[in-house]
Amino acid sequence: MNFRLALKGAALAVATGLAGIASAQDEPLKVGFIYCCPIGDLGWSYQHDVGRQAIEEEYGDRVETIFQESVSEGADAERVMTQMALSGADIIFATSFGFMDATNNVAARFPDVQFEHATGYKREHPNVTTYNSRFYEGRAVVGHIAGKMTETNKIGYIASYPIPEVIMGINSFFLHAQKVNPDVELTVVWVYSWFDPAKEADAARAMIEQGVDVITQHTDSTAPQAAAEEAIAAGTRVFTFGQASDMLPYAPAPRIASIIDNWNPYYIKRVGQLLDGTYESMESWGGMPEGEVVIGEITDEVPADIKAEAEAMIAAITAGEYHPFTGPIMKQDGSVFLAEGEVATDEQLLTMNFYIEGIDGDIPN
Amino acid sequence: MDAINPVILIASLIVASTPILLAALGELVCEKAGVLNLGVEGMMIFGAICGFAIAVETESPLLGFLCAALAGAALSMIFGVLTQFLLSNQVATGLALTLFGLGFSALVGQGYVGLKAPATPAVPFGPLADLPVVGPILFSHDAMVYASIALVAAVWYVLAHTRAGLILRAVGESHDAAHALGYKVVRIRLLAIAFGGALAGLGGAYLSLVRVPQWTEGMTAGAGWIALAIVVFASWRPWRIVLGAYLFGGISVLQLNLQAAGIKIPVELLSMSPYVITIVVLVLMSRDRTRTALNAPAALGRSFHASS
Repeated sequence: MNFRLALKGAALAVATGLAGIASAQDEPLKVGFIYCCPIGDLGWSYQHDVGRQAIEEEYGDRVETIFQESVSEGADAERVMTQMALSGADIIFATSFGFMDATNNVAARFPDVQFEHATGYKREHPNVTTYNSRFYEGRAVVGHIAGKMTETNKIGYIASYPIPEVIMGINSFFLHAQKVNPDVELTVVWVYSWFDPAKEADAARAMIEQGVDVITQHTDSTAPQAAAEEAIAAGTRVFTFGQASDMLPYAPAPRIASIIDNWNPYYIKRVGQLLDGTYESMESWGGMPEGEVVIGEITDEVPADIKAEAEAMIAAITAGEYHPFTGPIMKQDGSVFLAEGEVATDEQLLTMNFYIEGIDGDIPN
Repeated sequence: MDAINPVILIASLIVASTPILLAALGELVCEKAGVLNLGVEGMMIFGAICGFAIAVETESPLLGFLCAALAGAALSMIFGVLTQFLLSNQVATGLALTLFGLGFSALVGQGYVGLKAPATPAVPFGPLADLPVVGPILFSHDAMVYASIALVAAVWYVLAHTRAGLILRAVGESHDAAHALGYKVVRIRLLAIAFGGALAGLGGAYLSLVRVPQWTEGMTAGAGWIALAIVVFASWRPWRIVLGAYLFGGISVLQLNLQAAGIKIPVELLSMSPYVITIVVLVLMSRDRTRTALNAPAALGRSFHASS
């Protein structure tokens, strides 16, 4: 074979290669999702799956989505993502904090696949994006309602793991409860799990036993609502909020409002960018203005004036006029976190590792 | 903050412990017959959804529990056929049964997410339930709590004092000897597996009908594995199952209550305490090596075929 022929052959190979890429673009964009919990949790993973379905609805035949639920963090997550990448996924959404390292490890091996990690902070490769939602905006609204609704002045928080995300939520919730009710006391119970219905129910029961009459949670199941419903049946006055998804089956009481993670706008935007070629890796942190944090229906158990105040707060946050972490805010030890009028930076929020003034107890290490 | 009310604490630890108590008791009988079934978690969750679904459809918790036991037994028969007739590896088959049970229950349960189960009423003890201290602890529970204790007593009696129990233990100690004496090893083991499955199913239904009470996928969250550990913890003795289950359930409820009461003990310490105490007790018990070793059924986990 002479040199010229070889060159010709190479050109032909490049041409067919290009043709291959062109024809690949006619195929639907393959979008993968991995979930930490069952879709049927009616909480976190359920809501991501709603986002997946929104993509299919928006783009129809132009996309194909695949998903895997109940993936354990660690080696399993890596296997599932590798499998997805090998089976031709163009973009993979890893939807749990615990998938962070696995996402970056797999991203290193598949530079042509885009990886998006929810609630993480590690972007070790150019094809990794992190995205999160400003849940603390929702917790501020819920905290306001809790502070007004409590009669025992004891409100409770079922917490999962002591990470900044969760601590930020606790602080935002308590800060706004305290603003409208200076006597309010906060009880935090750590369950060290994102999803353990039996434990969550027991935690709720333990709090109710201690006189807590408004409970919110940073765990994924509806078990605390079920436990509260049981207490109501036994004659106790107690309220809860839906977490991650609406949890409406428990309305009008105990569930009196909810924080809904609405990922639809974000997922539709990112997949759209990939389809029209404007996609870039980034760091995203949307909230109420972007429609990613939504407060579910506030039921009639909440008096009209409190409901109106909550709605005013939602409007102010959505319009960008109010930031839930606006000074003066003191740390638990009495030192200044934010001076009068000062607004917390994203950096300060994302590294939050202390309780604000008025919360009793210590954060586990 | 108010201190914890010990009476209510004890009453709630009994409720928290009943699912693992039932599942562990079933596994004990199964292991006494020489079969190691690691599929407890899968049978539990299958019992949880079947019991829940039936209770919702018929509005009868009793029927729910009954069907949960049947469902657990039915699922265990997959394991039974594979290990007893096809001589598959018990460990691998048990693990597969757990995975199958988790997936299958999710499939069955799709229409039941977010529904409410009919309440399981407490047994009406009349004035006894109003007694101070003793009333809430002993006389305020639903029928399943008493049934679980009665089952422990029955299992203990059968294993220790009846011919049937003797045969079951013989099969678990030396299937070859039992076979030589003319006992139907495979048949006896299948019965033991079915009993284990039925009790695991009951335990699962107790979770979905009383303790949580609702259906969510993956709701057993490892309770089946704890039940397996408790069998070893109890060194294959029925009454120690009660001790183990109440100890484990008690500490996990206590630590949540301590947190809610604002008692200043590091949370990490509290959260790991059930596991730490389990390990400590295991270590203490296995100091006397020969005794513990003697107590494990000798043929545990070994396949039996009449020709070998």
